Amino acid sequence: MNQAILIPAVTFEKVSKRYGGITAVDAIDFSIASGTLVTLLGPSGCGKTTTLRMIAGLETPSEGRILIGDEDVTGLPASQRDVSMVFQSYALFPHMTVMENVCYGLRASGIAKRRAEELAADKLSTVGLSGFEKRLPSELSGGQQQRVAVARAIVLEPKVLLFDEPLSNLDVKLRRRVREDIRSLQQQLSLTAVYVTHDQEEALAVSDRIIVMRNARIVQDGTPRKLYEEPADRFIADFIGNANLLPVHAERIDATTARVRLHGVTLTLPSRGLLDGTATRDDLALAVRPQAIKLREGRAGQNELGGIIRKTVYLGGHVEYEVAIEGLGADVLVIAPETARPLPPETPVILELQAQGAALVSADQHS
Amino acid sequence: MLRARTGTTRQSGIRFWLIAGWISALLLPWRGLEHDRPLVFLWSDLFAGIWFWPLSALIVIAVATYAGLRRQNRLLIAVALLGLLRVGLEATLLRDRIWAAGLAGGGADWPSLGSGAALFTLTMTVLLAYGLAKRGWMKGDAFTLASLFVVCGSILIFVGYPVICILISAFQDDAGATDLGLFFQKITDASIWNLSCLTGGRYCGFAWNSLALAVVVGLLSTLLGLAFALIATRTRFPFPRLLKVISVLPIITPPFVIGLALILIFGRAGMAMTVLHDWLDLPRSRWIYGMTGLVLAQLLAFTPIAYLVLSGVVQGVSPALEEASQTLRGNRWRTFVQVTWPLIRPGLANAFLIGFIESLADFGNPMMIGGNFRVLSVSIYFAVVGAAQDQGQAAVLAIVLLVFTLSAFLLQRWWLGRRSYVTVSGKGDSGIPAPLPRGLHIACLGVVIPWLTLTAVVYGIILIGGFVHNVGSDYTPTLEYFLTAFGIQQGDHGWFLSGSAWNSLMTTLQVAFIAMFPTAALGIMTAYLLNRHRFAGRDAFEFLTMMSFAIPGTVIGISYILAFNTPPVQITGTAIIMVIAFVFRNMPVGIRAGIASLSQVDRSLDEASLTLGANSATTVRRVILPILRPAIAVSMVYAFVRAITSVSAVIFLVSGEYNLATVYIVGRAEYGEYGLAIVYSAVLIVIMLLALIGIQAAVGERRIGRRAMTTQSRTAAA
Repeated sequence: MNQAILIPAVTFEKVSKRYGGITAVDAIDFSIASGTLVTLLGPSGCGKTTTLRMIAGLETPSEGRILIGDEDVTGLPASQRDVSMVFQSYALFPHMTVMENVCYGLRASGIAKRRAEELAADKLSTVGLSGFEKRLPSELSGGQQQRVAVARAIVLEPKVLLFDEPLSNLDVKLRRRVREDIRSLQQQLSLTAVYVTHDQEEALAVSDRIIVMRNARIVQDGTPRKLYEEPADRFIADFIGNANLLPVHAERIDATTARVRLHGVTLTLPSRGLLDGTATRDDLALAVRPQAIKLREGRAGQNELGGIIRKTVYLGGHVEYEVAIEGLGADVLVIAPETARPLPPETPVILELQAQGAALVSADQHS
Repeated sequence: MLRARTGTTRQSGIRFWLIAGWISALLLPWRGLEHDRPLVFLWSDLFAGIWFWPLSALIVIAVATYAGLRRQNRLLIAVALLGLLRVGLEATLLRDRIWAAGLAGGGADWPSLGSGAALFTLTMTVLLAYGLAKRGWMKGDAFTLASLFVVCGSILIFVGYPVICILISAFQDDAGATDLGLFFQKITDASIWNLSCLTGGRYCGFAWNSLALAVVVGLLSTLLGLAFALIATRTRFPFPRLLKVISVLPIITPPFVIGLALILIFGRAGMAMTVLHDWLDLPRSRWIYGMTGLVLAQLLAFTPIAYLVLSGVVQGVSPALEEASQTLRGNRWRTFVQVTWPLIRPGLANAFLIGFIESLADFGNPMMIGGNFRVLSVSIYFAVVGAAQDQGQAAVLAIVLLVFTLSAFLLQRWWLGRRSYVTVSGKGDSGIPAPLPRGLHIACLGVVIPWLTLTAVVYGIILIGGFVHNVGSDYTPTLEYFLTAFGIQQGDHGWFLSGSAWNSLMTTLQVAFIAMFPTAALGIMTAYLLNRHRFAGRDAFEFLTMMSFAIPGTVIGISYILAFNTPPVQITGTAIIMVIAFVFRNMPVGIRAGIASLSQVDRSLDEASLTLGANSATTVRRVILPILRPAIAVSMVYAFVRAITSVSAVIFLVSGEYNLATVYIVGRAEYGEYGLAIVYSAVLIVIMLLALIGIQAAVGERRIGRRAMTTQSRTAAA
């Protein structure tokens, strides 16, 4: 038991993938602990899907080593790896029934038909599709097809379960439910899962850990909370949670705290070791979450940040404001929970930044 | 852990091929002709030590497999390479006659390789693929690598090698010595290149004749095809089924039948000529024999092909673009000239090149009604069978023709590669295509209606011409010709097939039936490789497979004579050579059908199967083939039908024992027995029509079911 926990389920060692002159994945290293759900998150073209497909064995790395458990699988074809994948399009075989689809992998592994059908029926009931065995995929709804794809993957009890944007073909309402189903199934069966998405909210909701990729490299790796509260650079601050990035001038930075000036307002924040590395004082920016700015009607006084509302969008549950900060030439996005009396455009306001939703960040690592 | 561990399927695969190897060495005749003993009994031959190689190789593999030697893969590769090298060496030696003298104690026999050697070569190729796959080639996928090797190898042997033989033959004199001067003398010969017809002489060289004909036919068939396509897709033509029939006709019509029908209509004693002579007192003439008649015949034969190509192109123009033009105040004419026309222009060039290649490669029509207007394909035939019997001359002519068709083929590839049909996409664009400008509409109808009438008359003649005494003079119905060809009589020993056509018809049906399986198999296998895999040299591989399409049948025919008339592979005069010729002539049909349906099958299905632990052989068997079943059936029927209609390649390959229907008909027509020829043609057309309708009925519904299924699942997914 301990052994299984100590050896990571998946390990990438300096893995690169090049297509001709294009580098899709550039010397990345990471490992994934058994029983956790790790998300590869990033904008399209960042290399996350290529990374997933290299775990599956559908792509062969140009360089580096991939381990599943303690076995080097770098050159092993997909059919001989102990991983299963849930595809974006589900990839259910259209000419086979639900039962035949779920049995497919078991039969390919040489398991007798009756035993295979028992196992498949068991997993179909796990995903709540008992009674659908004889249907063709075309006779199922999108959500049901998705669950068949999950059943087909988990019935093989793989060492690693891969999800390639599994929710992108579902409508918005269903998405929330299915992602909770996936998460609870993964925890219930303590599966190791790797999940690819470009949707930051989805990533925050399902993951134990998130690996953020950009331009073929890993830019940050951590728990959802860490990524949200302590983004490594401007890109991540912006990508996860749409932070407002404001230029600041550092007055004093030490090991623990930093004092910065933002257009006449002085703030004291955790310094997060920003000056240890490559960052210089001029690179710094303040990332402020839209929810962490409070608006108050009125003119800014001494040591206060003033602005004018440019646009007001009423969204039912909250109100979004676009606010031009005086003397800064930058617009910020503010999300206010009070919806009773939205402030109309052109209202002068005072902005209050809450330390909980603000973090100092350096420039992008690989821009 | 429910997954089977690695390697077991691979071992069983190797075991299967190992058994095949043993059979090739122990049971099958290693060589052809009288030397029909298995390899294992050939040890008493001269140089027995070398001959024994394949056997020892197999033993080594067997030991390695069962004893589980550690370095098995390298061993496998080495042994397979040595085995192939050994067969290659034997083939070369046999070709160069060095062995002939020493073998079997005499110089008279000159053995060729037999089925044992063929299976041995296949086995070694597959085992080589297994070994290389294990070393990481093709992502470790032995099945795919083996398929690639087999397809490439067979194309090299049955297309590449014969073409090389033509080249060699062209550079040699009669005694077999290389003679460059003779080659240049032959290839610059006045009979090929003279232009005297421009300066008052009677005939130009074959090459100019061919080119002129091809350009005219290419241009006119493109224009006619465009008129048909516009009428079919952009107007409410009252008889859409008629156009559909038109598009099927060339598939089931042997090419020369059109020429035959034209002779019966416009020939000296033909139907139309007699009417003109009797009523208007015009002199009977032979005008149909020559370039004019040839253009007419080829247009009738190839316009439907241009129509098929262009209707796809015209349909590919998104109605949304035309609607956009209309909402931007473009009238019909402006919409057509500035939007529709530029979008179909690349398609026109493509249709022209296809017509050009078809015209160059056509053999049947020039044979029938070319008269003294000689083109290259016919000249090749006469160089071989004529009084001259000059294979060198035939080879030179074949090279000239090959250069023409390959250039056009390259041009077409380059053109299609550079331009894309901008608006062709999988998504159904809703919207109504813009109506044609009035003037254009009328012009198109003015072309299409007379042409349809002519086509109807031609096919009417084909169907009834064999059942009247004499088209042109005596229209009393008769079964005489039909009974001569397909009579059944009661003799002393019961009923027997007395008709003169039965023999060739049966041979044709058998050969075509046998050929359709390997044709479809190779075609679909190639389509799978091209559509599903990325590998080094993939473009070259694609080019190689499509190139066999651009080689005219006459060139294939002459090259097969040159290549397979002597050891190491001696199969002329057998039915095998005809089957092989059909397979490699018609394989591109299977490739295109396969690629078309494979590209509709989402690649993630394959990947899903792989990640579920199935290897690629299982994936092909359980996922791809079931989904492709309709495409396979269709390509099999097309292979069957094309084999029946083909004449150019096989006219060189038939023998007394194995005559084919088309060759028989051409022969009858040459002797002026038009009644017999036309009734036989009609029977062939009916047989092929039944085959097509049959397969449509069998496959049609399932295909609709599948399509409905996938669209549903897609919409559900979206």
